[in-house]
Amino acid sequence: MTDAIETRQDPADDVVPVAERGPGTLRLLLRNPVSLVGSVVLLVVVLAALVGPWIAPYGVNDTDVSRALQGPSGAHWFGTDDLGRDVFSRVLVASRVSVEVALVSVGIALVVGVGVGLVSGYLGGITDGVLMRVVDVVFAFPVLLLALAIVAVLGPGLTSAMIAIGVVYTPIFARVARASTLSVRSEPYVQASRTMGTGNTYVVWHHVLPNISGPVIVQTSLSLAFAILSEAALSFLGLGVQPPRPSWGRMLFDAQDFVGVAWWLSVFPGAAILLTTLAFNLVGDGLGQVLDPKRRTQLAAQAGGR
Amino acid sequence: MPNLTKPFKPSAPVLAVDDLRVAIHGREIVHGVSFEVPDGGCLGVVGESGSGKSLTVLSATGLLDIPGASVSGSSRLGGAEGDVRDRVEIVGASRRTLRSVLGRRVGFVFQDPGTSLNPLLTLERQLTEGPEQHLGMTRRAARQHALDLLDAVGVPDPADRLHSYPHQLSGGQRQRVMIAVALACDPDLLIADEPTTALDVTTQAQVIDLVRSMQADRGMGVVWISHDLGVIGQVADEVTVLRQGEAVERNDTLGIFDAPQHDYTRLLLDARPVLGHPRRMPEPAPQPLVGVEDLHVTFTQRADSGTRRILAVQGVSFEVPRGTTLGIVGESGSGKSTIAGVLTRQTPADSGSVRLGDVDVLAAKGKEGRDLKRRIAMVFQDPFAALNPRATVSRSISEPLRVHHLLPKRDVDGRVRELLELVELPADFAERYPHQLSGGQRQRVCIARALACDPDVLILDESTASLDVSIQAKVIDLLLRLQAELELTYLFIAHDLAVVEQISHEVLVMHRGRAVEHRSSAELFADPREGYTRSLLAAIPPVRPRAALG
Amino acid sequence: MSTHEPLTSSTATKVDERGRLSRLARHPVTRFVLVRGILHTLVVLVGVVVVTFGLILLVPGDPVRIALGTRYSPETYDALRAASGLDQPVPLQLLHYLGHAFTGDLGVSFRSGEPVTTLLLERLPATASLALAGVLVGLLIALPAGIWSALREGRLADAIIRVTSQVGVSVPDFWMGILLITLFSSTLGWLPSSGYTPFSEDPAGWFKSLVLPAVTVGLVAGSIMTRYVRSAVLEVLASGWVRTARSKGLGERVVLRRHVLRNAVVPVVTIVGIQMATLLGGVIVVEVVFAWPGLGRLTYEAVAARDYPLIQGAVLLMGALFLLINLAVDVLYAVADPRIRQR
Repeated sequence: MTDAIETRQDPADDVVPVAERGPGTLRLLLRNPVSLVGSVVLLVVVLAALVGPWIAPYGVNDTDVSRALQGPSGAHWFGTDDLGRDVFSRVLVASRVSVEVALVSVGIALVVGVGVGLVSGYLGGITDGVLMRVVDVVFAFPVLLLALAIVAVLGPGLTSAMIAIGVVYTPIFARVARASTLSVRSEPYVQASRTMGTGNTYVVWHHVLPNISGPVIVQTSLSLAFAILSEAALSFLGLGVQPPRPSWGRMLFDAQDFVGVAWWLSVFPGAAILLTTLAFNLVGDGLGQVLDPKRRTQLAAQAGGR
Repeated sequence: MPNLTKPFKPSAPVLAVDDLRVAIHGREIVHGVSFEVPDGGCLGVVGESGSGKSLTVLSATGLLDIPGASVSGSSRLGGAEGDVRDRVEIVGASRRTLRSVLGRRVGFVFQDPGTSLNPLLTLERQLTEGPEQHLGMTRRAARQHALDLLDAVGVPDPADRLHSYPHQLSGGQRQRVMIAVALACDPDLLIADEPTTALDVTTQAQVIDLVRSMQADRGMGVVWISHDLGVIGQVADEVTVLRQGEAVERNDTLGIFDAPQHDYTRLLLDARPVLGHPRRMPEPAPQPLVGVEDLHVTFTQRADSGTRRILAVQGVSFEVPRGTTLGIVGESGSGKSTIAGVLTRQTPADSGSVRLGDVDVLAAKGKEGRDLKRRIAMVFQDPFAALNPRATVSRSISEPLRVHHLLPKRDVDGRVRELLELVELPADFAERYPHQLSGGQRQRVCIARALACDPDVLILDESTASLDVSIQAKVIDLLLRLQAELELTYLFIAHDLAVVEQISHEVLVMHRGRAVEHRSSAELFADPREGYTRSLLAAIPPVRPRAALG
Repeated sequence: MSTHEPLTSSTATKVDERGRLSRLARHPVTRFVLVRGILHTLVVLVGVVVVTFGLILLVPGDPVRIALGTRYSPETYDALRAASGLDQPVPLQLLHYLGHAFTGDLGVSFRSGEPVTTLLLERLPATASLALAGVLVGLLIALPAGIWSALREGRLADAIIRVTSQVGVSVPDFWMGILLITLFSSTLGWLPSSGYTPFSEDPAGWFKSLVLPAVTVGLVAGSIMTRYVRSAVLEVLASGWVRTARSKGLGERVVLRRHVLRNAVVPVVTIVGIQMATLLGGVIVVEVVFAWPGLGRLTYEAVAARDYPLIQGAVLLMGALFLLINLAVDVLYAVADPRIRQR
């Protein structure tokens, strides 16, 4: 007797045809119009960050007082600031430093946080207790305040900002990684592996890491969004990116003197922050749905039904 | 349908369902099902997973709440005396109409009593809100009513229990409360959706008796949904067999059991494990391979209410000869899985000895310890969780080989093919992922993985419990064949006595951490000595339906 | 739970609203939760103090010298060093800091020489009123939007609310503040653009000065909370007891009120607590934009002036407040959930 009947009766088979794998993660993600828009915006931001300095129509620090405080026009799409600098060029070029700080700081948080969370969740016991109390301590401080204090202590600048943002976002990664590890650790396939005499390194590498990657990827995307915001806030306070290098946050700070006089000075840099953050958030949200196994079967079913 | 037999029709039906179709996001899942619930009688709806049995009944009673679902066809709720004014068409009814029917004329009991009751409300509130809504009772009257209901369903100390929260009750008691909730407005029809599936067998028997007596007292119709033909035989007057959203056969219960018309009904009947059909003869016992003596295991459980010591296993001893099967049976919490934990060295033992051949399992270290993990393999209950979703079948099966470095890398693929063949799966399954396999196929992969290192002992912990009966039968065939071919020794842990009888040479009955009875399978099932064993056996739904006995 | 009359003489399991809290405090399990919560909070609090203390060790060079700038006399230097205890060995400094911190002494400001605690407490009311008002505005947005979105899952309203809340989460709050000032102060002239009027001086002025910053903070907080409310309600909606409630034929409003919202309150309280704590320490930039004389601005000024003891004090205070709010949420959990309350 073959398994022919059995295959057709299985409830899962009603959803995902046995012979094919169902649509890939990326295809499922891009099928959602909201995630698609987010991905496109993200792509534009990344491109701007890469080639911004070369395609900017004006130098970021080319001052021309005769052209100061002009509204948006064909020559200056986003207008000019009080020193006659082209706002569009400055917004464009500033994208790189934002993305750079976000990537490096989230990278720090990711590596340290996932490491701590993995060890803590997998080993449990006293190690877990101690590590998690440490994480609790860091988590207790409001994000921006701690970042501010760290930058204050290390001295203002790009490196300090990266370290500070990295530190404040580490606990969230540790918690996400720990929670996922705990649930994966109690999965029967891990227990099965243990009964075979599998070593910890093997289990962590082959079973735990691949299966916690979903939540970690989602958290990475969301943290990138918040890192962009934090960098902007630090730069706004004059503690992040230092002049003459343009940054969105600092541009907003300078714009405050011209509230009601030159709206374009505050609208465009702010919109750039908003769009970048939004794009990371939308993509993170979409990934969260696509990478959640339960939601995934649902989405795949809907995709197949159409 | 070619094989439909006209059901026996005593009087106007409580519920008449005609050509019911359910589609979700445009895909039809239920393909035109028709059935009738006789007044004062019980209709059994039986089917395996994916048959759409709950979907059918819930959409026929207006409780389907899946987004994107559309229902067509007809489902008429008739008056108790067939009064035309009481007739309600459920399909396409307004929310208002449905609300006047749900709870008032149709009551529901669901599978999981743990989540069916609101954890934040007292039992009183959950029992009174229906009558307050439908019967216009005052708080005081509804409270007295709730008290009577709890008393009627056999909840002890109903006056005190009114103020309890669900978490303070046992699973069986919660299901009794759920029945009380369903009956609160004295409905014409009770829908019982797998109401005993989450319960132990003795509790199941009590719940069956309770529903039957309530049905008799109140003269209501019942729809009992189950995957278990044994249970259906005990409760139903008529049966509808569903398969993939189609009703393949309708008949009275005796007809279904004695003269099944459809191949699928016959398959279900033949595949279900039934007591009194041992497939094992006692064999002359060779040298024991596994020896357990006076095993004690305790756990400490930490909760907000403090630390508690649980005596999981208390002084259990047994021996298993090579090439034979020891069945270990017991209800949840009896300690049967703890023994598996000790044998696979995942759970530390307090005292006692465990031997595998000449090796002391509890004391083995280093190479000897690693060797033990190779020699004792395990297959778990849930095939959907026992395979890493991100690893291919080939990777999963070869994991023990890689861990124990038994084969050079180039030979691994060959061994995987060999193992797939052994468990009767096509070789091209090697590159598939678990989500591309059905439950039975996954369990076969788990068995192949367990066999990868040529173990001596296979521990099967409820390994067939979550499979559909037709698949369970095939997996048991496979296990029997493998044992004969490979001279494997099985520890078969299960709560289903009929399955245990089929596969075991000897049987150990566990109750609250103690071994209450340990004898050869043939003797134990023919002549159970201990009271507990007898009560377990008595609680199993008999092979023949109740209709055949009365 | 109702205030019903006793049915039987046994009152052991009876619960009524008025006596609940006092009875809870005496209940062994709740006391256990409380004691454990307090112990945990204390352990983390010690950690918070240690980290705060450690901040000053990270300062490259001599913090006193950096703080004093270029022009100072040796006497001032020694006095400041001695006053802040920095002339002692590090372990001793830590012990002193710990001891002083738990008695409320956070040292003296480098800049003004006043006790840090006094400076912080002066600014706390402004920040607290902004944070409270922000959470209130946020809840006014999040509760209806989150609940509605969950009830309309997958429909247009849900999609609109979800995308809007994503936008709200992504908006830099200080930018929103600048835009609001541009619109309502500079252009329309309805509200003051900045400054703070104490409630005791002029309640109407206090309210007017509070509106713009509170809306700024509340829009962002509301967006974050909308998402949590939505998922909390969705989770409860999918539960077995909601299906049971529907199977009883209860009206949708009763189901919603009694079986959905009630159960969703517990997770929602958590996020409100976290938001409150976050806002207390997180409105720095908004305070700067609105020239709001709260803790955030104080910290900002302290950073500019390298007033390390003041920075440490602010960080410590916020960390401690966060822990206390969390403890309060835990206790609320125990009150709200009978599974924790009585076992």
